Amino acid sequence: MIASLFAAQACAPSECFAVPANIAFGICALLMIGAAIKVVTETNIVHAALYLVVVLAGVGVNYLILQAEFLAVTQFLVYIGAIIVLFLFGIMLTRAPMGRSDDLDNAKLRPAGIGAAVMLLVVLGGALLSSFGETHLVFSTANSTTALSDAVFNQYLIPFEVVSVMLLAALIGAIVLARRD
Amino acid sequence: MLLNQFLLLAAILFSIGVYGVIVRRNGVLVLMSIELILNAVNINLVAFGANSGIAGQVFALFVIAVAAAEVGVGLAIVLLIYRNRRSVDIDQLDELKG
Repeated sequence: MIASLFAAQACAPSECFAVPANIAFGICALLMIGAAIKVVTETNIVHAALYLVVVLAGVGVNYLILQAEFLAVTQFLVYIGAIIVLFLFGIMLTRAPMGRSDDLDNAKLRPAGIGAAVMLLVVLGGALLSSFGETHLVFSTANSTTALSDAVFNQYLIPFEVVSVMLLAALIGAIVLARRD
Repeated sequence: MLLNQFLLLAAILFSIGVYGVIVRRNGVLVLMSIELILNAVNINLVAFGANSGIAGQVFALFVIAVAAAEVGVGLAIVLLIYRNRRSVDIDQLDELKG
């Protein structure tokens, strides 16, 4: 298990650092931030969708570092396997310009966007740093997939069923919206 | 590992997603930015769940399911806008403006 490879170095509650996991996290975080910025600034719409793959894969790696194996597999299957393909279909069906195009951004709103993002980041970052400054993660050696399935099918069974009905409703809704009469 | 490194990464991704939602004009790109936001929230849920039980992962799973439904319906709406107006520029959808 890749996650337990990372977790084998996980530190005691004292001051030690799980060095390999932190290196993996750092590389992954830099890649994700760079790719996320490219997603919102790229002038080629297909490239933006492909940069989104990098971000989603990075989120999956983060799940692995956090020992959530099942979620990581779900992330790769659902997001990279299905949702990106759906986006590419959407791009092609709306006949988006395939090459570079400069009208994907609203230049007038760019200062407002940067201002909103920076202010949000400052507020969130300040709140997080002051609330969870030195909180360490404590990893258990238990298999989280077992615990996850136990929780989903015992404690969270009714929300799970509601989500399945909601997925069906969304499916029917999408078909009704998109079909030609 | 610190809890904060995950939370700060998620905050950065969230802010980038908000920037994308505000600035992008193409409907499909706005949906992509919303995906960034949802994934940032998921990292938060799983990071908190690492310290305090499995509930975080359960809710991350639910968020993934809701995100899949949202993209399906959202792309259908964008497709319908394209069919009616021959463009997906959401800045031109201003009929509600007085």
